[in-house]
Amino acid sequence: MSKNFNVNVEHVTRVEGHGNIVLNVEKGKIEKIQWQVPEAPRFFEAMLRGRQYTELRSITSRICGICSIGHSLASLKATENALDVNISEQTSLLRHLAINAENMQSHILHVGYLAAPDLFGVDSVIPLVGTDHTDALLKIIKLHRLSNKMSDLICGRTVHPIRLVVGGFSAVPTEKQLINLKKNLVDSIETTKNVAEVILSVADNIPDFTRETEYIGLSSEDEYAFYDGSITSTDTGVHSDNNDYKSIMNEFVVPQSTAKYAKHARDSYMVGALARFNLNSKQLHPLAKEIANMFGLKPISYNPFMNTISQVIEFVHNIEDSIKIIDQLVEAVIDDTEKPEKINADEGMGVGIVEVPRGILVHDYIIKDKKCLHANCIIPTNQNHANIQKDMEEFVPQIIDKSKKEIELNLEMLVRAYDPCISCSTHYLDVKFV
Amino acid sequence: MKPRVAFFDFASCEGCQLQIANLEEEILDLISIVDVVSFREIMKEHSDKYDIAIIEGSIMRPMDEKRICKIRSRAKILVALGACAVMGGINKIRNQWSAEEVKREVYGDADIKDNDFFDAFQTKAINEIVPVDYYIYGCPIDRDEFKRVITALSLGKKPEIPTYPVCVECKKNENVCLFELGKFCLGPITRAGCNAICPTNGSACDGCRGILKKPEVESIIEILERYDLTYEEMKSRSILYNYRKEE
Repeated sequence: MSKNFNVNVEHVTRVEGHGNIVLNVEKGKIEKIQWQVPEAPRFFEAMLRGRQYTELRSITSRICGICSIGHSLASLKATENALDVNISEQTSLLRHLAINAENMQSHILHVGYLAAPDLFGVDSVIPLVGTDHTDALLKIIKLHRLSNKMSDLICGRTVHPIRLVVGGFSAVPTEKQLINLKKNLVDSIETTKNVAEVILSVADNIPDFTRETEYIGLSSEDEYAFYDGSITSTDTGVHSDNNDYKSIMNEFVVPQSTAKYAKHARDSYMVGALARFNLNSKQLHPLAKEIANMFGLKPISYNPFMNTISQVIEFVHNIEDSIKIIDQLVEAVIDDTEKPEKINADEGMGVGIVEVPRGILVHDYIIKDKKCLHANCIIPTNQNHANIQKDMEEFVPQIIDKSKKEIELNLEMLVRAYDPCISCSTHYLDVKFV
Repeated sequence: MKPRVAFFDFASCEGCQLQIANLEEEILDLISIVDVVSFREIMKEHSDKYDIAIIEGSIMRPMDEKRICKIRSRAKILVALGACAVMGGINKIRNQWSAEEVKREVYGDADIKDNDFFDAFQTKAINEIVPVDYYIYGCPIDRDEFKRVITALSLGKKPEIPTYPVCVECKKNENVCLFELGKFCLGPITRAGCNAICPTNGSACDGCRGILKKPEVESIIEILERYDLTYEEMKSRSILYNYRKEE
């Protein structure tokens, strides 16, 4: 096999943010494979410099529209840890609902609008309108709308939440609204199963590629971890001190990317739904386990394309989990007059870690006189860039005999499987302010 | 002939385009009145032939400047979508410092010289580079306002944007004034059109839709004095979305 060709995908479509794929093959030999991130750097550190502690969650929310609830929550946890704020049980439960809602919204958007067109052999969902798949598309839209309505109810808005504030909530839903939400969640279970079946019917088009790597995420003894937990790796187990996150997430700069890369025990690691599944699948709720069995997914899966399937599984888990939380809230009688807890200190250091749709997210602040002095954020997609590169290096030789068009599509599909959030990853929040 | 519409994004969180994806079933109505020929975030299809270009994000680098000029030359109508495109928004807070200073802080001693990806200047709104025909305000944009603007443009009409403050909408929603609750709200100087969504959810307005051309300064000062606050403080708080170099 001696062919020459170049693949040059500038700005991969159906992903959040800007990424390029560059592949040069000469006489059948791979000369260059590169995953590039040319996204404009946004310098969030300068935005936070000297800002009031109450503004940090609003500013960091703007790192990413899709993960804005997750950024707000990581920011609040870091701020509250720094300024010694203890949140109520009600706030904790409502924040669990908020994180479920965002995970559902982001996952169904990725599975339905961004990844599925490849499995159906179309360029976007638009050509599916009016075909046999219209019904499936309408069901996906229905689930997306439900997720957004849930975010609107809990957070006041789905993109850039309003009600999530330091110490609690600026407004909370009524019992009646929560009961109504529960009814809609229960009703959506059947729809979700239908969508999972449709994805299963085209699952043969998911490439059969595996590469052993390390998976990192939060884990907790209490639940399938999203809001709270300890940093955990499939290679090195549970790390008890979250404040020591830097010893695990080693970030570095590469010239082909305005986003940083990261590594731990190996050259690269992966975070996100597949990492969480690989670490915590035993704690999935029953129906989510059923969906995992339906797809034959078992931990540890080393196929990055199964990240999309893990998202389907987590979507179901988030629904089951939210129903359970609403029951708890209603049973405890929701207090809609509860005010946010006050800060007990004017300065301090705090780390906030949550799982967001694309993986583990860290915010780390130093606050003095109620103002931000230093900030550091570790973004999920940054942690995946090196793993995408390593996957490409191993994947391309396996598909080199396919047509150029197929190779290009396969590489795009690989990038999409990670559901990268590139705006997030070029946030740059890693400096000390003097 | 339906107008051909293309979406493009620069430095931003892409939340405004997400607000469009969040129109849910109404996206199907949208594609019945316009032909969406490019929308990288959700479709692979792309065409360089378009009538209306809708731009999210601010301009940060020479390579982005070139790209926006090319888009402008192809589009009959150019619309700035969201605070980052309209006025620089949150991206402009860093303009308090020079681009060199900010880069040095962030990249430290990493070798980024002669690398176009990293060649950032101070944040610019779209209209600081090319002429903009229409503005859709907010961080993020309001979905209903987006629908109104697109409907008007597809009919060849000029979209109507409110010229009164957020307080008008806030009063309609029968909210207790946030100053009364001890919060500092930018509603009195901020352009309405969001249906006062933040005050209605118990949070003060941060001014993301931009400052009114002619705020009622005298009566605002009168209100602020009642709470021992000053207009200067109000202006200094507004830099979160409205940073401008002192003239």
